Amino acid sequence: MMVDIFDFYDKMERNNIMLSFKGDITSELLTSILQIMETKLDNMQEEPKIKRKVYNVLVECLQNLYHHMDEMPQGNGTEPDKKIRSAIFMIGKLDNQYNIITGNYIRSRNVDPLKTRLDEINKLTKEELKDYYKLVLNNGEMSEKGGGGLGMIDIARKTGQKLNYHFQPVDDHYSFFSLNIKIAQ
Amino acid sequence: MEKVVIEGTPKTPTINFDMVSGLLEIKGRSIPENSIEFYKPLVEHLERYAQKPQTNTNVNIQLEYFNTSSSKCILDVFKKLEAIHKGGSQIVINWYYEQDDEDMLEAGEDYQAIINVPFKMIEVQE
Repeated sequence: MMVDIFDFYDKMERNNIMLSFKGDITSELLTSILQIMETKLDNMQEEPKIKRKVYNVLVECLQNLYHHMDEMPQGNGTEPDKKIRSAIFMIGKLDNQYNIITGNYIRSRNVDPLKTRLDEINKLTKEELKDYYKLVLNNGEMSEKGGGGLGMIDIARKTGQKLNYHFQPVDDHYSFFSLNIKIAQ
Repeated sequence: MEKVVIEGTPKTPTINFDMVSGLLEIKGRSIPENSIEFYKPLVEHLERYAQKPQTNTNVNIQLEYFNTSSSKCILDVFKKLEAIHKGGSQIVINWYYEQDDEDMLEAGEDYQAIINVPFKMIEVQE
């Protein structure tokens, strides 16, 4: 398999991709990505406000990916299972705006409930998001691993933008879910 | 165990709970993927403390970042404190936030609205 690596590089360069990863999402990986990004943001001498915002949203996006892996089959290391459990992540900065893109497989039967949730969140105003966050915080249930259902609400609240998503059907059982989060200055 | 100290890590905060002087401090970053596991010991210590709390308990929360997973656990900690406060022990929660960190201030205000314990918002110069 030959990859036109210059083509790849060029695409990433034109989109000003700072960091990207494809593969298995583990806790150690997230720690590494966050440490690298923190250093980069420091070196870019971003305002503390922006640094904090990007870092916070990054944490939530990455941990969404991490928690989501639990819903996928554990597998016995066979190729199809490994593929289903891997995800993609990219962060870039273009025109004074950070873009965080994540992609992961999702069971097709979970598409509609997720889409409904995202659409609900996208309908809310800033004030409504604040109230909704408090409501879920106070009343929502924690999943075993600590995913509280608050991640998406928090991302919408911190960025002040609509959650930009896409579902790509892959086969009978799986779709590919991508999320594109913008953090404008 | 009258004094509990949990050292901070890149993803978890330092916890200092002195049951003798009535001081609870949570400082640093709280971004573990599995926050329930991390906060469980503290919640258990608070349950023990609740049986014989000091007259006054000071709580200092100074976090640089916390993820949404932690925010639920922090609420659980606050709810334990609320019960202790309701039982007659005086509690104040000091919520520290960095200058210009509106998100952190707002997070403190969110908790203030939910929890029936006096909160003090304290701005820290960078």
